[in-house]
Amino acid sequence: MASTFSRMLMGRRTAMLLASLGTGALATGYLMSDVNHAAVIDRTKLFPPSSDYPDLRKHNNCMASHLTPAIYCRLRDKLTPSGWSLDQCIQTGVDNPGHPFIKTVGMVAGDEESYEIFSDIFDAVIKERHNGYDPRTMKHHTDLDSSKVTHGQFDERYVLSSRVRTGRSIRGLSLPPACTRAERREVERVATMALSGLKGDLAGRYYRLTEMTEQEQQRLIDDHFLFDKPVSPLLTCAGMARDWPDARGIWHNFDKTFLIWINEEDHTRVISMEKGGNMKRVFERFCRGLKEVEKLIQERGWEFMWNERLGYILTCPSNLGTGLRAGVHVRLPHLSKDPRFNKILDNLRLQKRGTGGVDTAAVGDVFDISNLDRIGRSEVELVQLVIDGVNYLIDCEKRLEKSQDIKVPPPVSQFRK
Amino acid sequence: MPFGNTHNNYKLNFSAEEEFPDLTKHNNHMAKALTLDIYKKLRDKQTPSGFTLDDCIQTGVDNPGHPFIMTVGCVAGDGESYDVFKDLFDPVIQDRHNGYKPTDKHKTDMNHENLKGGDLDGNYVLSSRVRTGRSIQGYTLPPHCSRGERRAIEKLSIEALTTLDGEFKGKYYPLKEMTDAEQDQLINDHFLFDKPVSPLLLASGMARDWPDARGIWHNDNKTFLVWVNEEDHLRVISMQLGGNMKEVFRRFCVGLQKIEDIFKKHNKSFMWNEHLGYVLTCPSNLGTGLRGGVHVKLPNLCKHAKFEEVLTRLRLQKRGTGGVDTEAKGGVYDVSNADRLGFSEVEQVQMVVDGVKLMIEMEKKLEKKEAIDDMMPAQK
Repeated sequence: MASTFSRMLMGRRTAMLLASLGTGALATGYLMSDVNHAAVIDRTKLFPPSSDYPDLRKHNNCMASHLTPAIYCRLRDKLTPSGWSLDQCIQTGVDNPGHPFIKTVGMVAGDEESYEIFSDIFDAVIKERHNGYDPRTMKHHTDLDSSKVTHGQFDERYVLSSRVRTGRSIRGLSLPPACTRAERREVERVATMALSGLKGDLAGRYYRLTEMTEQEQQRLIDDHFLFDKPVSPLLTCAGMARDWPDARGIWHNFDKTFLIWINEEDHTRVISMEKGGNMKRVFERFCRGLKEVEKLIQERGWEFMWNERLGYILTCPSNLGTGLRAGVHVRLPHLSKDPRFNKILDNLRLQKRGTGGVDTAAVGDVFDISNLDRIGRSEVELVQLVIDGVNYLIDCEKRLEKSQDIKVPPPVSQFRK
Repeated sequence: MPFGNTHNNYKLNFSAEEEFPDLTKHNNHMAKALTLDIYKKLRDKQTPSGFTLDDCIQTGVDNPGHPFIMTVGCVAGDGESYDVFKDLFDPVIQDRHNGYKPTDKHKTDMNHENLKGGDLDGNYVLSSRVRTGRSIQGYTLPPHCSRGERRAIEKLSIEALTTLDGEFKGKYYPLKEMTDAEQDQLINDHFLFDKPVSPLLLASGMARDWPDARGIWHNDNKTFLVWVNEEDHLRVISMQLGGNMKEVFRRFCVGLQKIEDIFKKHNKSFMWNEHLGYVLTCPSNLGTGLRGGVHVKLPNLCKHAKFEEVLTRLRLQKRGTGGVDTEAKGGVYDVSNADRLGFSEVEQVQMVVDGVKLMIEMEKKLEKKEAIDDMMPAQK
């Protein structure tokens, strides 16, 4: 029975068909022996949704802020076509109450349909996390035409490195919290087969986590390319680390400027980067690489998860839309000590981090500066926003060097007009 | 996940070969026992509450184990798991419990009066302790239970425990609502349990929704302690300073009987059958689930070449005084029964009592620089 399906597995049409069949058809096709339907119904009566409603009184995450008992009761017994439930979406947020000062998201999607079937809670969480983007009324616009970007070469006396990252999910296969081992292996096959078709400056190689030699591993660590099994409870409680390191790996081009992580937090994470300040080239390679990979998977009948409500679909609601973080490592010794620094960043819709990434402190006046928003503006718009913003910061830095005054810029508009 | 598992139905779209975990680098009982044929046979099955084979083995897939320490690598989600997935659990149990066969019967004996002796030399034995676990029939186990079920288990347990009186009169401290003062006191008494950090436990799903419906109950005398909804529904501990293991075991048996009687009044019983004894989450705790042990000073014996062999022959196990996986300090060891399944509670505690008595006599001889070769016990 199952083997007939598996032979057809490489086709996207088949995966779409399977995903749309729904549990009803699956149950008639593969009736599980030992299922006691009466027992299941009895237990549901014995434990109504109200008995299962999580205790969120000490919680501070977006899920906890919006999951009312009414929403929970309405959604508890619903399932996506592959059988994923609300409880599974919110487990990470129940297990991780959060921090009084840092508001985490507190829920993940198990598949593309999670965002639809549990939209009552996801839409509210998305709206809060994305500063007012309302998936019920607004549309997200995708634009990967890097030729539109201007002034994308930074002063390299200040900008040390430039980087753009995003994620992509393969439609028809469940996301990391929910995927079966077979699905995860399928993601790896689809992605690596596409990547092996890249040519020229994008040509590269795949390093599977389970088959890496010690030397390869050390070299990838030295290049800062290697990712490790997640330790953050935010991720492990969501189930993303199951079966580690099965079907996980790293692909990068020989130039080491284009890097893909396979089956880490998302099906794929795509990173373009280089030393120095040529953000235009980084973004150009980013777009070109993404379009090439998309073309290569489409040739085999696959596509990325995307819709006009939410843009690119990824595991964490915080990465919807573009999933894009474009940033630089930039030296700002004077500006960073100016009391107006944070306000300037806020108005430019930029975010600062330490150079170790999220939750690290800046070292030696070098900051990681990147876009705050992910959705509601296209990739081109966000990268232009980063370029304009970083140029402004460098300008401020230069002025302060010469003891000239700086101005706080007017706030940049959040969503496209 | 509770109440049916249609997600498993979805997995059946993929072949067994495609879903079979990569266990080539694994060293645990599950990885040794699980073949592709067993996987094929069991993967489309589920227990009445919806627990599946993949649910059982997830912890063993995620934790390949250690080259020298053999972990179990699978858990039960409910009592029925041991039956529906017996093709996996039987060989795991046989391997873990010294050849215990699927046809063997386990004897339960909780009559403390059957224990002979048991008042050990307090110059050597610093403390005595007996622990076990109990599962409540009709509820799924910690890897699988829903929040509603876990809360129901807590409610039942509180109702039962708060009716205890006499030497068992005590109080329940829910983890969620503990005051700082209560928490400090429980830590000082070494009673407080924390959210599991071991990946072996986390990967099985036991720590979900922490600290909802978890708590600690202990009697006013601080000699009888119950953990609610930690690794099992109930973990029951009787203990005191000194070497009077007989008294510790008496209180253990009497207390458990009282608790069981109260549950019966509410038409609830403990999970038990004549093949596996008391049914608990981890296969390693089947049978009696009992670990009876002492903290004992053996500074000379522990340096003797035959120390390990003495323990093996006596069917005893040593640990550091911090518990499993800790080192001994100052010659003080935690010595306890090695078996759980195939011997009754009385038999296991008898082995501890007799074995520790012998080891103390050996220690005394070694103190006087006398030989102990003629004291070597036969293999029990």
